[in-house]
Amino acid sequence: MSTLAQLFADFALLSFVAFGGATALLPELYRVVVDQRQWMDATTFAHLYAIAQAAPGPNVLVVTLIGWQVAGLAGALTATLAMCLPMSVVVYLLIGRWERFQGARWQRAVQMGVAPLAVGLIFAGATLVGQSAGLGWAGWAFVLAVAVVCVRTKFHPLWCIAAGAALGLAGLV
Amino acid sequence: MSEQHHQAPPAVSLAALFFGFSKIGLSGFGGVLPFARHYLVDTSRWLTAEEFNQQLGLCQFLPGPNVVNLAVVVGRRYGGLAGACLAPFGLLAGPVAIVLLLALLYDAWGALPQAQAMLRGIAAAGSGLLFAMAFRMALAVKKKPFFLPFTALVFVAVALLRWPLPVVMLAGVALSGALAYGLLKKGRA
Repeated sequence: MSTLAQLFADFALLSFVAFGGATALLPELYRVVVDQRQWMDATTFAHLYAIAQAAPGPNVLVVTLIGWQVAGLAGALTATLAMCLPMSVVVYLLIGRWERFQGARWQRAVQMGVAPLAVGLIFAGATLVGQSAGLGWAGWAFVLAVAVVCVRTKFHPLWCIAAGAALGLAGLV
Repeated sequence: MSEQHHQAPPAVSLAALFFGFSKIGLSGFGGVLPFARHYLVDTSRWLTAEEFNQQLGLCQFLPGPNVVNLAVVVGRRYGGLAGACLAPFGLLAGPVAIVLLLALLYDAWGALPQAQAMLRGIAAAGSGLLFAMAFRMALAVKKKPFFLPFTALVFVAVALLRWPLPVVMLAGVALSGALAYGLLKKGRA
């Protein structure tokens, strides 16, 4: 299979398990593109996530950047389309029927059951991004500080990102 | 106010859908859902607050990028199939162009030690933001004694054992969903 076809097939499959959006998918993206296909190393993966964080737009953009790294412009568009298209079609077809099954017991059960799984995925993604960035103890201390500041205060996340860039440039994390 | 909600939706041009969602896409960092709500409910009034919550319900229930799904729903409502294509296209076109420009910069200068150091710092901040998001979401999980063990199991399976996500999610949704189904029997949560 050509790289583009492989990329499309891999990401389209992942879109069906992306409960919690692209953010919850980070650990699986890592597993597929770094471990399984070896399209990039761990550091590059962390860098792409960093770039996506520093840019405006929906969280799905990290997928665009991964596609770019794998196969240039065609890869970026293929990866983005593969991640967005399957569920777009499903939601297009289902929205008219949503009122009928919204609130049904099975629907509420799936929703309630999926939430704690998505939380686990985001904890895993946070860990993998920190690990693959190659952080030392100072870096992990900064991760902890950002998490605490973000939970306890209403600082805009961009300040944390700017602080990270500055500390990184200064060689402190 | 509330009477007009029952009328047929006003006419919205395809161009307005495209540019409206472009604005939403470019307005937020690290997710644009709050901006989507503000624009759709308060600014353009394409959806009432109730409609927004209800339609977002399906978009969050289904996997995939929630805001993209929401663009499909709103685009379909106001512009049929063409709207359902143009709204997500508008949402993504601007941000994709920006990250691709950044990708060009990364290709050209990403190997410089300064760029590597800066990106490591931003990745650290991103990791911290993810931990904060996960922590907040964990606080919002209902019936924690029943469901937080699933959070821990997913973390172990995915971060430590590196099991494939489709397998983990199928097993997880089956077990956790079955438990939720049982818990929901007694009343409406």
